[in-house]
Amino acid sequence: MAASPRIIVVGGGLAGLAAVIKIAEAGGTVDLFSIVPVKRSHSVCAQGGINAAKDLKGEGDSVLKHFDDTVYGGDFLANQTPVKNMTAQGPAIIDLLDRMGVPFNRTPEGLLDFRRFGGTLYQRTAFAGATTGQQLLYALDEQVRRHESEGKVTKYEGWEFLSAILDSKGACRGIVALDLRTMETRTFPADAIIVCTGGNGAIFGKSTNSVVCTGSAQSALYQQGAFYANGEFIQVHPTAIPGEDKLRLMSESARGEGGRVWVPRDRNDKRVARSIPEADRYYFLEERYPKYGNLVPRDIATREIFKIVYEDNMGIDGQPMVYLDLTHLPKERLHKLEGILEIYEKFVGDDPREVPMKIFPGMHYTMGGLWVDFNQQTNIPGVFAAGEADYSIHGANRLGANSLLSCIYGGFVAGPQAIAYAKALPKQEGDGGHAAELQRQKEKNQALLSSTGTENPFKIWRELGETMTKHATIVRYNAGLDEADAKLVELLDRYKNINLSDKSQWANTSFAFTRNLYNMLELGRVIVQGARLRDESRGAHYKPDFPDRNDEKFLKTTKAAFVGGAPEITYEDVDISHIKPRPRVYTST
Amino acid sequence: MPSTIKVEIKRQATPDAASTTEKFEVPYRPNMNITSLLGEIALNPTTISGQATTPISYDSNCLEEICGSCAMLINGKARMACSALVDKLRTGDEPITLAPLSKFPVVRDLAVDRSVLFQNLKAVKAWVPIDGTYDLGAGPRQIPQIQEQRYPLSNCISCTICMEVCPQFNDSTNFVGAATIAQVKLFNMDPAGSVLKEERLRALAGDGGIQECGFAQNCVEACPKQLPLTEAISDMSRDVIVQGVKDLFTR
Repeated sequence: MAASPRIIVVGGGLAGLAAVIKIAEAGGTVDLFSIVPVKRSHSVCAQGGINAAKDLKGEGDSVLKHFDDTVYGGDFLANQTPVKNMTAQGPAIIDLLDRMGVPFNRTPEGLLDFRRFGGTLYQRTAFAGATTGQQLLYALDEQVRRHESEGKVTKYEGWEFLSAILDSKGACRGIVALDLRTMETRTFPADAIIVCTGGNGAIFGKSTNSVVCTGSAQSALYQQGAFYANGEFIQVHPTAIPGEDKLRLMSESARGEGGRVWVPRDRNDKRVARSIPEADRYYFLEERYPKYGNLVPRDIATREIFKIVYEDNMGIDGQPMVYLDLTHLPKERLHKLEGILEIYEKFVGDDPREVPMKIFPGMHYTMGGLWVDFNQQTNIPGVFAAGEADYSIHGANRLGANSLLSCIYGGFVAGPQAIAYAKALPKQEGDGGHAAELQRQKEKNQALLSSTGTENPFKIWRELGETMTKHATIVRYNAGLDEADAKLVELLDRYKNINLSDKSQWANTSFAFTRNLYNMLELGRVIVQGARLRDESRGAHYKPDFPDRNDEKFLKTTKAAFVGGAPEITYEDVDISHIKPRPRVYTST
Repeated sequence: MPSTIKVEIKRQATPDAASTTEKFEVPYRPNMNITSLLGEIALNPTTISGQATTPISYDSNCLEEICGSCAMLINGKARMACSALVDKLRTGDEPITLAPLSKFPVVRDLAVDRSVLFQNLKAVKAWVPIDGTYDLGAGPRQIPQIQEQRYPLSNCISCTICMEVCPQFNDSTNFVGAATIAQVKLFNMDPAGSVLKEERLRALAGDGGIQECGFAQNCVEACPKQLPLTEAISDMSRDVIVQGVKDLFTR
C-alpha cells in the first residue's frame, strides 16, 4: 500500500481541476498535466450555464425532475444511478461555485438567477452572463492555484499525455508524456491517473471544440485496452456560426432568453430579414413543438434545421442557414447574452441586436467516451476518467447546461475514488513497466522523425474531417458509414507514408499534431463502426432507414475494444433501475 | 479582391536563435482570420520564393477569443489572432505582418512565454479562500450591482496584451501590469474573498507594484475584452495608499 498516494490528473478543464481540488483537499499530492495552461482549457468556451434543481423560481422543480429530464433527454441510454447521483449533488455544486466567487447573475433580492434551457420546462440553469464556462473554469483554476502555492499540486503545463504505463498485471503505474517545448519524452510514476481530456471535435475537422480537443488521449488508452463506450453518439449543436477555421457556438441560452428560430415561408423571399412580416415567417420549431418550442433538445432542433435546409429547401437564400432571431428581445435580456453577441459581431460583422443571426448546426460534443464504472474507473485498474472524456451521464443526447455539472460531478467522484484505489494498491514489482512503455513511445517518435514519405498530415486531417462530417453526424446511412470506414482505413495506410515537414526538436507543434492524428484516425473507426452496427434511431444517432428506437435490441451500451488493430464491438445492458423507459415525444402540447 | 494574401512573419527557431523574416503568399478565402491563414501555411509550408520551410509555431486553442492563447503583433498591433479578420487587415497589396509579443521571452516563432502573469496571480492570492468543497449551503446574498461590477473584471482572458502595450511593463520597473491589479479588485470585492484584502494590497505596494503605473491608458484601449482597467488601477491605487497609511500606524 502506498502511504501517500501519488495521483496524476491529465487535463485541466473543469473535470480535471475538480478532481485535483478534491485530492489536494484530502491531503494527497497531485501532478496535473495539460497541453495548454489550464486556464486556457476548452471548458472556457461553455456559454449558457449549469443546471441544478434549486427551484428558486417557485416552479416546483426538484432533483427528481432534473434526473428524469436528463434520462429522458438522453433517450434512456444513460446508466441511471450516476445520473441520479449527479442531479442530487447539483444544488450543492452550484452553492460551492457561488462560494468560490463565480459572478453568477442575481435576482433583485440577491439570490442566484436561473434561466430556461433545452429539454426542460423549468428555469434550472444558473449562469454568469453568456460566459458561464469561463467563469466556472476560472473559479476552479483559482482554487487549484491556491493549492499549488501550498505545494499540494505540481502543474505540468505544456506537456502532452502519450500513454499509460501498465505493469505485468495490467494495472496503471504512471504515464508517459511529451514536453511540447523541449520535445523530451519521459515517464512519471503514479498510483492512479484520472483522464479528463475532454472531447474529440478535431476528428470532425471543423467543430465548436478547441484545437486541443482531439480525443487523442482517450484513443491511446483505448488502444492500450480501455473500452470506449457509445462512441457513435455525437452531439451536433443546432446553432453554430459556420466559419473558415471552426464552427463558433451560439449558446442555447440565446433561445433560453427568448431567441426564435425561423426561415421565410416562401423560399424565394429575398427581402431583408427584419422587413419580413410575422405572417411570412415560418417559426418551424414553435409550430412543430408547441410545448417546448425553440427549446426542444438539441438532437431534435438540429434534425429539424437539417430537414428545413436539405429536405424542404428552405434555407436562407438557398444556403445551409436559418435565422436565430434576438432582435425582438428587450435590452435587459440582451445584456445577459453580451458574451455571445460579441462573438457574433466580431466574427461575422453584423450586430445580432439589429440583424437576425444566420446559423447552422455544428459538431459540438461527444456523449460517448471512455467506459467507466459508477466510481469513474475504466476497465484498466488505476485509470479513472471524468468529464466529456468519459461516456457516462448523457446517454444518447446531452441536455444543454448539463455538461458543466457532469464535469464537476465526475471530477468530484474520480478524485476521492482514485485516492481510495491508490491506498489499497500493492507495491509495484520491478519498474512497473516504465522502461518498456518509454521505449515503445520513443520508437513511435523515432518512426515519425525518420519517415521520408510524401503525405502532409494536415491534408490527411482535412480528409478525415470531411469524411466524418459527411457520414457520421446528423443523418447516417449504412452505405455511407461503410464508405467512411473504408476511407479511414485508407488514411491509416497513407499515414505510414507521412512527411513531417518539421523535424526539429524544439516546440515542434506539427510533430505533436501528427502523433495525435494517428489516434484520431483510430478513434474515428470506433465512432463509425458503432454507428454502423446500431440499426435504430436514438437521441443524436439518427438513421432514416431505421427511424425508430429499438429497445429490444439496442437499449444497450456500445463497448469498443481494440482487438487485432480494429474495433471489436460488444454490448452491455443499461442500468434502468429507477425510471422505466418510455417513448420520447416532445411534440405533444 | 486578389486571390492571394501576402504575409510576412517574424520567425525564431529557439529562444536563443536570431530572428528572421519569412514571406508567404497564401490562397485567399472570404472571412479568413489570422489563425486560418496560419493553418493554410501548415498545409503547404513553402515561402513566397518557393523554399520549403516549417509550419509556423504559435499558441492557439479556442479560436473564439475566450481562451487568451493567440495574442501576437499583427501589423504591429498587439491583438488576438483568431478575431483578427484578414478582410479588415488588408490595405492594398501591402503584406500583413505577424510577430511575437515583444515583452515576453520567445519560445518559437509567434509563441511566447507568458507564465509571469500566472506567477503574479499567485503573488496577489487571486482566489477566495473557501473552507472546503463540502456542502456548506448557499453563499452570501449579493445584490445584482455587485455582480455587474465583478463580472467585467472576471472576463479577463490572461492574454497579457495590457502588459505588452504598457510602457511601464519592462525589466527596469518590474511592473506587475494591469491584468493582475484588476484581479485584486475582483477578489477584494467578493464578500468572502475580501478576507485577504489587506494581503493583496500589500502585495501591490513596493517594488514593481501599482505605483509604477504611468497612466498611459494603453491597457484599457488595447484590452480585447474591454475590461475597465484604468478604473481598477485608480481604485486599487487609492486602497493601497490607505492600507499603507494604516500599516504605518498599526504595524
